[in-house]
Amino acid sequence: MTDTTRVTPSAGVDQTGPTASALNAESVGAPPLLSAHKVRKSFGAAPVLKGISLDVAAGQVMCLLGPSGSGKSTFLRCINHLERIDGGRISVDGELIGYAARHGRIFEMNRREVAKQRGGIGMVFQRFNLFPHMTALENITVAPIGVRGLAKPAALARGRELLDRVGLADLAQSYPAQLSGGQQQRVAIARALAMDPKLLLFDEPTSALDPELVGDVLDVMRALAADGMTMVVVTHEIGFARGAADEVVFMDGGIVVESGSPASVLDHPQNPRTKAFLDSVM
Amino acid sequence: MPNLPPTRPGPEAAPRNDPDPRNPRVAVLPNPDDIDAVPLRHPWRWVVAVLLLLVFAGVAVSLWQNDNVNHPTISEFIFDRRILDGVVLTLVLTIVSMAVSTVLAVLLAVMRLSNNPVMNALSWLYIWAFRGTPLLIQIVFWGYLGLLYARITLGIPFTDFSLFSVDTNTLIPAFVAGLLALTLNQAAYSAEIVRAGMLSVDEGQYEAAYSVGMSPTFTLFKVVLPQAMRVIIPPMGNETISMLKNTSLLSVIAVLEVYTVATQISSQNLRQVELLVVVSCWYLLLTSVLSIPQYYLERHYGRGNARTLPPTPLSRVRAILRPAPRPADPIRADAS
Ligand SMILES: Nc1ncnc2c1ncn2[C@@H]1O[C@H](COP(=O)(O)OP(=O)(O)OP(=O)(O)O)[C@@H](O)[C@H]1O
Ligand SMILES: [Mg+2]
Repeated sequence: MTDTTRVTPSAGVDQTGPTASALNAESVGAPPLLSAHKVRKSFGAAPVLKGISLDVAAGQVMCLLGPSGSGKSTFLRCINHLERIDGGRISVDGELIGYAARHGRIFEMNRREVAKQRGGIGMVFQRFNLFPHMTALENITVAPIGVRGLAKPAALARGRELLDRVGLADLAQSYPAQLSGGQQQRVAIARALAMDPKLLLFDEPTSALDPELVGDVLDVMRALAADGMTMVVVTHEIGFARGAADEVVFMDGGIVVESGSPASVLDHPQNPRTKAFLDSVM
Repeated sequence: MPNLPPTRPGPEAAPRNDPDPRNPRVAVLPNPDDIDAVPLRHPWRWVVAVLLLLVFAGVAVSLWQNDNVNHPTISEFIFDRRILDGVVLTLVLTIVSMAVSTVLAVLLAVMRLSNNPVMNALSWLYIWAFRGTPLLIQIVFWGYLGLLYARITLGIPFTDFSLFSVDTNTLIPAFVAGLLALTLNQAAYSAEIVRAGMLSVDEGQYEAAYSVGMSPTFTLFKVVLPQAMRVIIPPMGNETISMLKNTSLLSVIAVLEVYTVATQISSQNLRQVELLVVVSCWYLLLTSVLSIPQYYLERHYGRGNARTLPPTPLSRVRAILRPAPRPADPIRADAS
């Protein structure tokens, strides 16, 4: 892996970039499920991500911490290609995000390929973003039926099973407006799970919730982590990070400032910026 | 708590119901659970209503007694065969042009919101041209297309090859020309309504849809348009009613809709006013009927927002016939 490896989205193929075979043979041992390498992203002239590199192994939970504006949401959105990256690369389960290798060259994906790739990466949003015109069950089944082509009875059965798993079995026919914030967020988690994602991304899933509803959502997330789901969680819930994360990453100003085990980063932060941030949220 | 008429403090009055010595107008209730108040009166409503009734009655009587209006002519022609055929044609023109123009409008709105610059420009140009010229002129234009192109040919441009070639006036009779004019013009207006509806859908809805692997097209039809409908339907109801009335403009190219028929009849019997009354009655009836589906569409697309569902026409009639007690009113005026 060299510093010249770089995918330029608009200019098409970079001849010095990675080839299809090189992509899969980068690391020794089990390849990470999520691998971000020198990811850069700017909005206009303002750089938001200035070279984020991190790996998440399958079954691991990574918590991303950082002050507001540090680029956490932007990074998550880059992982499932809601934003195009300006440089670097991201791969999930060995597949480059947004680019496909064919005949040893790299092509930008078309919209259909991007959509298919996103189906394997779940995302849970701060503001839930449930589809308000669909019931809880329809929210969960619309993509498996319409995107994956799952038969309706199978999708409904699986949808009910997922609702049960997030503790909402009897609210299948409720519309989002009839649910509390915590219930909506748990439906949103079930919706993401319905596509059987390899990786789940959470963007501050509890920060729009009343304090007494936070616990229910965190319980569901802890159960997922215990079941071996690979998760990247942006959160300000230090308690969750300490209990559930395998690795904690502290971001500030578009770079990774500090990373390591929860104990080392949360209890013995080395960087003064990490210290200042933890003092402010704890 | 509202100001209440003073009453004697009851023995069971809780401490919080004691009269406030600093505010003698706050009183204690005989029954601390319910408030026994004089209902608010609205005397001016009655005054205005009576005045309006007098004005309407005056206008109606003066019209009825006007010797220039021949009432038997109105009743003779209101169910005339030709008028009824005209009504049917008016309705067909309205429904077909609204339906086709709505499909076109969705296409135009999607093009306008896409980031494909060619599509974007094309949609802008269309809306600019069809909204920027009077409907009457567009109708005449389509009606007289034969003067501009005597024959319409489908083939490869700039070559002699042609698949077929027909006489313009055969391909486009007056009815089709009128339908074309109304549809193409309406599409430009409806496109802006659809676009506004699509813009009203939260950005997070797209992100959520994309994050579960939906394609942009699937997202449009399953997520965005159903939500946009709530915003689109009320103005589209308006447009449908305008369209119904705009069909009368087709009289300039002799499409036999109800107004054309009425003018043809009145040019023979010289009963212009009576026939105008006849067509006005029909337009009023049709606009009333056409606004019924709107309620049901609004209710359908309002699901999930149960709090804002408008009543159906049926439940409105029921409410008028059998007024329900006002719910959730904190002050029970008729408490025993
Ligand atoms: N679409 C956009 N256009 C322009 N600037 C953007 C856009 N999205 C994000 N930004 C900017 O990028 C920076 C990082 O935003 P981001 O949302 O990633 O921060 P964050 O770490 O998630 O913050 P928070 O904790 O407040 O959610 C901010 O300065 C923001 O203003
Ligand atoms: Mg954020």
